[in-house]
Amino acid sequence: MTLDVHAQTVGEGGWVGISIPRVEDAALLAGRGRFIDDLGMPPGTLHAAILRSPHAHATIESIRTDAARAMPGVAAILTGTELRALTTSLVVGVKAPVECWPMAIDRVRYVGEPVAVAVATDRYLAEDALDAIEVSYAPLPAVVAPLDALRDGAPLLHEGFPGNIASDRSFSYGDPDGAFASAPHRIGVDVDYPRNACTPIETYGVVAEYDPALDAYDVLANFQGPFSIHAVIARALRVPGNRLRLRTPPDSGGSFGVKQGIFPYIVLIAVAARLAGRPVKWIEDRMEHLAGAVSATNRVTRLQAAVAEDGRILALDWDQIEDCGAHLRAPEPATLYRMHGNMTGAYAIRNLRIRNRVVVTNKLPTGLNRGFGGPQIYFPLERLISRIAATLGLDPLAVVRRNLVPADAFPYRTATGALLDSGDYRAALDVALRDGDHESLLARRAAARVEGRLYGIGYAAVVEPSVSNMGYITTVLTAAERRRAGPKNGAQATATITLDPVGSVSVHVASVPQGQGHRTVLSQVVADVFGLRPSDIRVVTELDTAKDAWSIASGNYASRFAPAVAGAAQIAATRLRERLARIAAAQLNARADELVFSAGKVFSPGNPGNAIPFTRLAATGHWAPATLPEEVEQSLRETVFWTPPQLDAPNDADEVNSSLCHGFIFDFCGVEVDRDTGEIRLDRYVTMHDCGRILHPGMVAGQITGGFAHALGAALLEEQSYAPDGSLLTGTLADYLIPTAREVPEPVILHYETPSPFTPLGAKGVGEGNTMSTPVCIANAVADALGLADIRLPLLPSRLSEALHGAEPQPPHHEARPPQATQGERTLFGRGRASVDATPEQLWAMLLDPALLARVVPGADNVRRESDTRFRAEVTLGIGPVRGRYRAEIALSDLDPPRAVTLSGSVDGALGFGRGRGRLRLVPVGQARTELTYDYEAAVGGKIASIGGRLLDGAARVVIGQFFESLAVQASGRRPSLWRRLLRLFRRRA
Amino acid sequence: MKPARFAYQRAATTEHVLEALHRSGGEARVIAGGQSLVPMLNMRLARPALLVDIMHVAALSHVDDDGARLIIGAGVRQRDLEMRHDTAARQPLLAMALPWLGHVQTRSRGTVCGSIAHADPSAELPLVLTALRGEVHLRSRRRARRLPAEAFFTGMMVTARAEDELIEAVSVPAVRPGTGYAFREISRRHGDFAIAAFAAVADEKELRLAIGGVAETPKARVLPTDQGLDDALDTFAWNLEARDDLHASARYRRELVRRIGREVVLAAIRDREARALKEAT
Amino acid sequence: MSRQAPAVLDAGQRHPVRFTLNGRKAGGEAEPRMLLHDFLRHVLGATGTHVGCEHGICGACTVQIDGAPARACLTLAVQADGAEIRTVEGLALAPDRLSALQEAFRAHHGLQCGFCTPGILMSLDALLRERPDCGEAEIRETLSGHLCRCTGYTPIVKAALAAAEALRVPHHA
Ligand code: FES
Ligand code: FES
Repeated sequence: MTLDVHAQTVGEGGWVGISIPRVEDAALLAGRGRFIDDLGMPPGTLHAAILRSPHAHATIESIRTDAARAMPGVAAILTGTELRALTTSLVVGVKAPVECWPMAIDRVRYVGEPVAVAVATDRYLAEDALDAIEVSYAPLPAVVAPLDALRDGAPLLHEGFPGNIASDRSFSYGDPDGAFASAPHRIGVDVDYPRNACTPIETYGVVAEYDPALDAYDVLANFQGPFSIHAVIARALRVPGNRLRLRTPPDSGGSFGVKQGIFPYIVLIAVAARLAGRPVKWIEDRMEHLAGAVSATNRVTRLQAAVAEDGRILALDWDQIEDCGAHLRAPEPATLYRMHGNMTGAYAIRNLRIRNRVVVTNKLPTGLNRGFGGPQIYFPLERLISRIAATLGLDPLAVVRRNLVPADAFPYRTATGALLDSGDYRAALDVALRDGDHESLLARRAAARVEGRLYGIGYAAVVEPSVSNMGYITTVLTAAERRRAGPKNGAQATATITLDPVGSVSVHVASVPQGQGHRTVLSQVVADVFGLRPSDIRVVTELDTAKDAWSIASGNYASRFAPAVAGAAQIAATRLRERLARIAAAQLNARADELVFSAGKVFSPGNPGNAIPFTRLAATGHWAPATLPEEVEQSLRETVFWTPPQLDAPNDADEVNSSLCHGFIFDFCGVEVDRDTGEIRLDRYVTMHDCGRILHPGMVAGQITGGFAHALGAALLEEQSYAPDGSLLTGTLADYLIPTAREVPEPVILHYETPSPFTPLGAKGVGEGNTMSTPVCIANAVADALGLADIRLPLLPSRLSEALHGAEPQPPHHEARPPQATQGERTLFGRGRASVDATPEQLWAMLLDPALLARVVPGADNVRRESDTRFRAEVTLGIGPVRGRYRAEIALSDLDPPRAVTLSGSVDGALGFGRGRGRLRLVPVGQARTELTYDYEAAVGGKIASIGGRLLDGAARVVIGQFFESLAVQASGRRPSLWRRLLRLFRRRA
Repeated sequence: MKPARFAYQRAATTEHVLEALHRSGGEARVIAGGQSLVPMLNMRLARPALLVDIMHVAALSHVDDDGARLIIGAGVRQRDLEMRHDTAARQPLLAMALPWLGHVQTRSRGTVCGSIAHADPSAELPLVLTALRGEVHLRSRRRARRLPAEAFFTGMMVTARAEDELIEAVSVPAVRPGTGYAFREISRRHGDFAIAAFAAVADEKELRLAIGGVAETPKARVLPTDQGLDDALDTFAWNLEARDDLHASARYRRELVRRIGREVVLAAIRDREARALKEAT
Repeated sequence: MSRQAPAVLDAGQRHPVRFTLNGRKAGGEAEPRMLLHDFLRHVLGATGTHVGCEHGICGACTVQIDGAPARACLTLAVQADGAEIRTVEGLALAPDRLSALQEAFRAHHGLQCGFCTPGILMSLDALLRERPDCGEAEIRETLSGHLCRCTGYTPIVKAALAAAEALRVPHHA
């Protein structure tokens, strides 16, 4: 079991295509990875912590930082005021008079939005400083659901986005009107696609330094690209690009797109470093990540199809409402346009109507997440296929087959402009059904149904785009706007090969891997070109914008590595080999083009005995440059910039080839739903991939199983949930549920290879496809099992209860119950009563006595009377182990002596806030007794809402109940001991 | 996510613990395995001034079996109880529930009493304690007392423990001949807190079902074994006053009480019969 | 009867913490509130143990404390005083010789980004030692205390099964 990296043996066709062990793994397995938080920092590096908004929408009235600044170890506090003075707003992806700052300025628009940064000598002290910052907020109404954001009178997030609409574009391709008018059927689906996020296990990290002499920033961040963002950051920091050095660490703990979203924090920490005059490091924690890193978009879609009798789709009509959260951050609204060329999926449909609206809501801003726009498209499209089959009484497979792009049509130009490079979809589907044993699944379903079990089968066919056209996002602009802005297109990949004085080979690319094994694959590709072993090749993937070759398209996204970056490396290596061949030709007296590079030697096939060691040849350029043949200028280094010619800018008809390559996936699965619990068991999942040429089967399998697990999470577990008031409900990993090894079965993976003619190695992207196909495939199966037409993700057993169990019978005794909060609703209702030995008049007098209020507010001290009917106090509230200190305000209104009064109160503190009002009624009973009844309505939110909503609701109920109960007790004046007991009880709970 | 400041004391005897709790005026908290407390410290939800570590108090670290009861000391880790060779034989319901607690990586540190002290209404051990009519052994400098589970759990994460009291142990009756047990939990993922969890005990005298995860504390009912079972379960379901949350609706929880509750009591009855058969042979 | 009460370690002060780390003595100073993972990583420089959530769910911080897998993020450094701690840095047989478990991960592509891996290795190492005959169900059970976002677990399960096999037939490997 030694680490024998030389024990590699080459396959027939070279190294590419075989699963060699990864060069990355030995260090990672031994705990010697070099992730950002593992690296040494400059001496004196300080640590940042970020204060975040507990409110979904509020005006910041004041921020008091003096106490925090005075704390030991605190070096600087950064608020919106300083930020505005030192930076410029981030650019926004649409033309609108809107600003977008990395931290709230004057107003917060989502729970988790940064409000202040504390910089101290360690993270513990920085968090202590956050506790001492006092922010006063004036809450504003929040809007959470995209359809609500569009309603008249909805709370407005940005003046520059009237009606909360950031963009509204309509498109038409072919003759959709004609097709809909003449089609025999119109079949549609309405979809509310939820929000989820890919949550890499390593969170964001930034280390920034500012050099005032050069007015330059040096930033290390586990950013993943695209490096178009470099321009965005430099502009925000008000420096030219060459004064922003952006580096990435050697290892990154996963990204799946998400680490694109770190860039606002790069700006923030860079400014903090400037303010502190020292390097500053920030490692995001998980709660920050769930509240403040980018999520995928949620989208409301109405998709209608004009359908022929035989299931052929004649036209599609898309109406999409994309929810980008509180700010439109670069590159949004790209999620909506990434798939623009692929709005017909794997099908040959020539007529389309599309309306795309982008709205803003009081939720976390969105950004890159694995699948990026694909899941939001394929869920409606593949549900539609299933609905067409159900409506017309056809086999879903027949509907799929009837509409697939035919094999002889490739390269196929879709109605919206994508050029599908290669494939044979029907053949791949047939192979999948055969090798995936579809027959047996049908038999299992039939058998299960005979036994009365709930078993269903689902299908999904999708086209997986990869290598994004940097110009697709401009489809959001009108053709005229695009003409004014100048063309944007292409997808530049870069690679550099270097030979050193002992003839060893180094490869440098700007691909910024996040665990996908780029170094291994590149060593295979380059080893094949030079006739070496992968272990002979050293690959460097960390990027330094001050030194390395890069372009705006650099980075690790849109599954561009295998198709584009690996190809660029192959081209660079081939060019260098051609030069080496010329040098060798002179020495071997042979023709350069016939020389063989193999097993570390270079020789002419006719005379293998006379060979030059590769290393000697490769070193020649260093030691004897004068001996190089005239046409070989140098043989030390080759840098290649490669961009595919197929990626044009969008044309005036709004047609765009949004991606270079298009893989094909066909999935099917069988599920069983438990009749009692609604739990879903995935019986069998088959996924067929055409991802072009496979460079490393082990890694391709890993991309598929990894993407499948993300997709399974999206299908069954994951949703970033917000209450109607904008409180985040999934603030910890105990509520944002990620699948574990118990939830993720092994899928059956099949391949059907049609190499891409557009990429140097014939490879296509593969990492994202299952996030597009799997959620809808499982949903189709569950819909089939239960006979449902409408189905929403995630497929919570609780949500299936209605379908499974029918209407619920009434409770046995028809007692009146207080209204109950509905799911996610943060408003609490309650009522109660108490009987008191006093007359209403006596009670009334006591009610207006301020001293009494001081005694009945649980945990209150320092009660100050503002007027006859207004009081302020400091309150310590605690339930179970949770205790916090709050500022409270209490007011009496609607006085109706001695019968009724309304009490309203609010509390605000680090752990959250609450507001409530209750009506108190006094009814005389006999001579000297009063029946005191109350009902209340309360809303609670803030940090604790995102940690333990259920605890919070329980706590609020206890506190409110206690308030009224103790009021009764106080008023009765007879049971002080009980009151004291209550008070003690309360304190103990803290 | 770093805790606010606190002091730390590693107690060597029970007296040290009681003394520290007595002196702190409610500002001290006991730390045992820390699996419920430390997350709250990290999130700064809990801010005690002093943590008293009881894991080095030898007197608290064992399980006593007096024939009638298992008395589980405050320092006994969940995993230790799970791995004890005779736990299943001495109290089958405990053995059935233990594998459902969190994960092996948290059970290895978390204690039985710590989970009881935390009083999460969805947690398994408070449920088992309630189902078995177990007791919580409390001690302070002033007094020692035992509270039945149902009196101990007074609300969501709220208990009848006074500030100066230490949960010294919990006790559950040992297995009795002619008794059957069953446990089942419905959660979103294995290891998560329960949406609804069920523990049933069936002997000659009664059929007792306890349910966790639905009301603010675990609740137990004696149920009829005849045709009245379904109605009794329905009443139980409504009386629990289930609430909607992120993971499940109130209605779904009631449905689980009716359906899975029924399954679990029947399983307990079957278990009783199986045990009786074993005892007979 | 009662011995003198042990000293209270003051809040805000640093106190010595000593334990055995991978068989060697290790020590440093920590405030009572310092979490074990911060102590390992930033005081002792043992950065192999990772941090993914600091609330006990993700498993990235898993180490072995006195032989059992446990969350470093739910343990205070002062609680670990005197304990025996094992981390991923202690798994390899020698700097250039990985353990059978580590080798199996390499052979079966049981890792991608490698961020979750150290914690998973520590749990599986304990499992394979305790139950050399464990099968897939037990492996998945143990793994359910960890989150991996890259692999989808299938290759991890395969690696663990292969490691169990290799450990059962040590000379075969
Ligand atoms: S960091 Fe400890 S479990 Fe996640
Ligand atoms: S390998 Fe990346 S999280 Fe597991």
